[in-house]
Amino acid sequence: MSRHREAATTRPTTDARGAQPEGAWRTFRRGLALSPELRVGLAVTMLLALVATAGRAIVPIAIQRTIDDGLESGAGLDLDAVAVVVLAAFVAVVITALASGAMNYRLAAVVETALSSLRVRAFRHIHDLSMLHQATQQRGGLVSRVTSDIDEISRFMQWAGLNLITSVGQLTGATLVMFAYSWRLTVLVLVVFVPFMVGARWFQRRLTVAYLIVREKVGVMLGALAETVVGAPVVRAYGIEERTQARLDERIEEHRRAAVRAGTYSSLFSGSGEVFGALATAAAVVGGGLLGIDDQVTVGTVLAFLFLITLFVDPVLIAAEVINEGQTAVAGWRRVLDILDVEPDVADPGQEGRELPPGPVHIRFEHVSFRYPQPGEVARAASGPVVLEDVEVEIAPRTRVAVVGETVSGKTTFAKLLTRLMDPLEGRVLLDGIPVDEVRFSSLRRRVVMVPQDGALFDGTIADNVRMGHEDLSDEDLTLAFLELGLGDWVDELPDHLRTPVGERGGSLSAGERQLVALARAYVANPDLLVLDEATSAVDPATEVRTQRALAGLTSGRTTVTIAHRLSTAEAADEVLVFDAGRLVQRGHHRDLVAEGGVYGALHASWTRGVGTWS
Amino acid sequence: MTVADRPTPRDPSDDGLLRRGLAVIGVALRSAPRPFSVGIGGSLVYAIMMVLSSLVLGWITDEVLIPTFAAGEIDRGLLLTAVLLIVGVALFKAIGVVGRRLGAYYAQFSLQSSYRRQVTRRYLELPLAWHRRHPTGELLSNANADVESAFFVAAPLPMAVGASVLLAITAALLIVTDPALAAIGFAVGPLLGFANWFYQRRMRSAATVAQQARAEVAEVAHESFDAALVVKTLGREDAEEERFRAVSDDLRDKMIRVGRLRAFFDPVIEALPNVGILLVLLVGAYRVRDGALTPGDLVQFAYLFRLVALPMRVFGWLLGELPRAVVGWDRVSRVLAATDRMTYGDAPGAGQGGADAAMVEVGFLHPTSARERLDGVAGPVAPAAGDDLTSAGAEDHRRGIDSVTFDVAAGRTIALVGATGSGKSTIASLLVRLYDPDHGQVTYDEHALPDLARDQLADHVAIVFQEAFLFDDTVRENITLGAELPHDRVEAAARLAQAHGFVTALGAGYDTMVGERGATLSGGQRQRIALARALVRSPRLLVLDDATSAVDPAVESAILRGLADAELPATVIVVAYRQGSIALADEVVFVDEGRVAARGSHRRLLAEVPAYRQLVTAYEEEARERDIAEQAAAEAGPEPDR
Repeated sequence: MSRHREAATTRPTTDARGAQPEGAWRTFRRGLALSPELRVGLAVTMLLALVATAGRAIVPIAIQRTIDDGLESGAGLDLDAVAVVVLAAFVAVVITALASGAMNYRLAAVVETALSSLRVRAFRHIHDLSMLHQATQQRGGLVSRVTSDIDEISRFMQWAGLNLITSVGQLTGATLVMFAYSWRLTVLVLVVFVPFMVGARWFQRRLTVAYLIVREKVGVMLGALAETVVGAPVVRAYGIEERTQARLDERIEEHRRAAVRAGTYSSLFSGSGEVFGALATAAAVVGGGLLGIDDQVTVGTVLAFLFLITLFVDPVLIAAEVINEGQTAVAGWRRVLDILDVEPDVADPGQEGRELPPGPVHIRFEHVSFRYPQPGEVARAASGPVVLEDVEVEIAPRTRVAVVGETVSGKTTFAKLLTRLMDPLEGRVLLDGIPVDEVRFSSLRRRVVMVPQDGALFDGTIADNVRMGHEDLSDEDLTLAFLELGLGDWVDELPDHLRTPVGERGGSLSAGERQLVALARAYVANPDLLVLDEATSAVDPATEVRTQRALAGLTSGRTTVTIAHRLSTAEAADEVLVFDAGRLVQRGHHRDLVAEGGVYGALHASWTRGVGTWS
Repeated sequence: MTVADRPTPRDPSDDGLLRRGLAVIGVALRSAPRPFSVGIGGSLVYAIMMVLSSLVLGWITDEVLIPTFAAGEIDRGLLLTAVLLIVGVALFKAIGVVGRRLGAYYAQFSLQSSYRRQVTRRYLELPLAWHRRHPTGELLSNANADVESAFFVAAPLPMAVGASVLLAITAALLIVTDPALAAIGFAVGPLLGFANWFYQRRMRSAATVAQQARAEVAEVAHESFDAALVVKTLGREDAEEERFRAVSDDLRDKMIRVGRLRAFFDPVIEALPNVGILLVLLVGAYRVRDGALTPGDLVQFAYLFRLVALPMRVFGWLLGELPRAVVGWDRVSRVLAATDRMTYGDAPGAGQGGADAAMVEVGFLHPTSARERLDGVAGPVAPAAGDDLTSAGAEDHRRGIDSVTFDVAAGRTIALVGATGSGKSTIASLLVRLYDPDHGQVTYDEHALPDLARDQLADHVAIVFQEAFLFDDTVRENITLGAELPHDRVEAAARLAQAHGFVTALGAGYDTMVGERGATLSGGQRQRIALARALVRSPRLLVLDDATSAVDPAVESAILRGLADAELPATVIVVAYRQGSIALADEVVFVDEGRVAARGSHRRLLAEVPAYRQLVTAYEEEARERDIAEQAAAEAGPEPDR
């Protein structure tokens, strides 16, 4: 994907409220530029739209011709003339219908194709960004980038946008036809409509705000609803049903009020449309009558006007509502663009990248520092608080290393830099002497595997989840893997063994069991560098010891880095790295560090107090 | 029970649809009579004015315009009458339209909010066992989308009533003035109605299919983004992209099908009234020649035709909404009619100090895979699928506990210890009656749990889950959960949970908003607030289900020490395998494979129960083995280079 957009376009996401008209137009153009597929056959589609719109004037014209040529031609009734008019109009109606059908179909095909590819592109782009695993609270918002935001664009392009164009076309067309009949009457009608146009603008602004509030209230209501459903065990255990219901009722009521309010504006608006339509009709009758005396217009013309006026009111009503949809769509488009504008901060060097040499991995950190970016900042110019500062460390192949420290010590950041989930702000990370950002992902991800604390599972069976990325493994291979991990008994006790479904997000298993599945997944991947980030925090001690031992691969001899807050892991490690406030403060064997005291001594003291004095 | 065993859900578009659709409309009308009266009243006014306006137009053509043009002079009185008629009729028409639309909006949104409240009230009443059987997403969409689609039908309803009246009047007028023109009307009208109905039907099923595809896209995106870290660490980006492309392309194809349907039917429906008007003109011209009709009549009919065309479409909308309304309503009624219920007695839960707690031969199995769908069976007598599941239980895949018996004396602290997946959390849930056991009895202060009055248990028993759930509210509200408690009690509880320190460091202290699900806090911080929430209630029975798993060891030991020192007037049951938690307990209950395998002091179990010993001393054991190995290695040769 080649993008030549200037960096200046990268702006923090603005919400619908911040949408300015100029910004909207600009977003629209950028959006079109992003999906060149949208312009496929655009000229033809627009031409068809023009024909379809023009077709709406057929019936008023036919009525005028019938009355004037057929009935009022002075020479008695000319049935042939009427027949010709009707036949011509019929042909025109058919052509219009065909044009309208073709346009609708072309539009649907082009828009859906373009937006599906945009959807997939945005999805992949989000995966390529590191923001996903940095900010968990954004996930819901990111999902809507590839779902509802793009749906809004589609709806706008196919329905609202089209309506807007045909409405404007209809207004213009009707005005032109009216001018052709009688400019005097046309001016008269337009003058009557002026206050309506002004009023329409007013209503449109009110409607925009009203619908914006409705959307906000929907969001708040859905949030409260989700709380009620997801938090059901807490609600039940603490007996707070009434309070929860009261909070929810309030939000449901707020939504109802907002929706009714928007509906009220919309109703009053269409009511005013009726009144102005009637005023224009009355003006046409009076004006037509006055002009008719001087033979300036015919009866047919006046009657055609009465029909043309009905073509005038609807587009204004529609346009006012459609503009709201347009603003929603533009806001959605802008959010998608904002995501695509963010350069992937941790990029795959791809084909130019290097392969990691085979065998257990050697690790080296050279003066590595890291800060998280503040909201809106790119990772390379991050100015958030320092999480890791000037870390200098070397780890020999085959070593089992434990990384310990308090919550904000930087130990998880260390793991993420090591596996290149993020790049350091300063310094270099080298694996087997190769800077990690030069290793192509296909090699890196195969050889270096990290197991996070929340080893997310996909809806499917245990086997599906373990086999991920290694589809060639047979059931026997998987059974063997669980046996080797010392988890054979656990699998045996499951109702359907390896074929047991794990439920949505692994919900049918306990937190500890989910971790076991994630461990097995890493085990079958057989990496040369294994990084465990609190990967067994919810597992019982006996199982933890068994699995960790198997994972460390004593026979295959891989390098293992384990982040843990249970110091038992540190005791078992060849070497311990102690982090405190972003710095590597101590390293060495557990025994030596205990003797040394310091940060590790304190950690160890509280651990043994927790363990108890009975051992 | 597999999917294949289930009765096939009935296609909502088959014969019972109209009857059931009318039933939904009946419910709607009964539930919101006033807005509907306003809406239908407005719609009638509008319909009558619509006919009047075309009559006025015909009259103006014949009595005002043509004479004026013929005579070359104007009758001011007539012209003024014409203007007054047009504007007067339009004013009433405007009133009608506003009334109709307002009524429809009021009806629709009142129905929605009323049924949302009813559905969520049921959610809160229904036992957790029922919740467990339904996927979260389904419950959410039931209270949201299902309620919405059930009552979308309210929007076109007043208009449809008005349109019927309009049609009747038009038909009468046509017949009275000119049967020949009436024949055209009768031909085009039903044709339009039929085209509409057919279109909406086809469209609805295509749209439903597309909607499912859309849900699939969202589901894949959700799951994939949730698992972003795993996707990245396993280098699965390409595979995920392909998975997403497949569902996205599927959605694209289905949306294009919807577009194709629209492209075919929209122009037809648009063109039919126009064709009708042209026919009226043609036939009308002959009738005028024959003297059966005046030109004014002709104009009036052409205009009337045009006016009727739009209301005709409303029948299409109404019929098109019916399948969706029926499906939505069926799903909503299933929730409202769900019969699962927990029974309550009238025993009090209050008392001095800790409560006695016990389990006698308690068994509880829950299915791992069987889920009940709200639209599973759509029949007049909906069998409670829950019972179905129970009867199918013999060969069903279930997990849980077989037969657990133990008791805890008032004021004691018990550690519930067991391997991962041994049933500890199930026991914890049963102790606070989140579920009722399949068999056996759980007691609290000598009362069987079902004998206690509703909310007595909640008032005197507290549980802290491993996954702390916070509400989108302030820290304080998350601790008090709305109870009127003085600040010093809240603070004392927070101090005991080791939360006071970080809470005061937050922007607004105890009044800081924690965000959706407490997103602004770390896992350990959330757990500590959840713990404070339990402690502030001074429960007589406190159940901690691995409640400090995400807390740093130093903080964790501070919490445990604090709890021990505070000498809470409570019976405490700690689900754990961590030595720190075990050390806090007076006694240990060792759970293995869904049964109590041993019970006694930690020291005794260590000595007498090998499985227990193996479980809790795994770390020390490992360290010891390692020391031996290292010594052996040291004796064998120089230490390996590190």
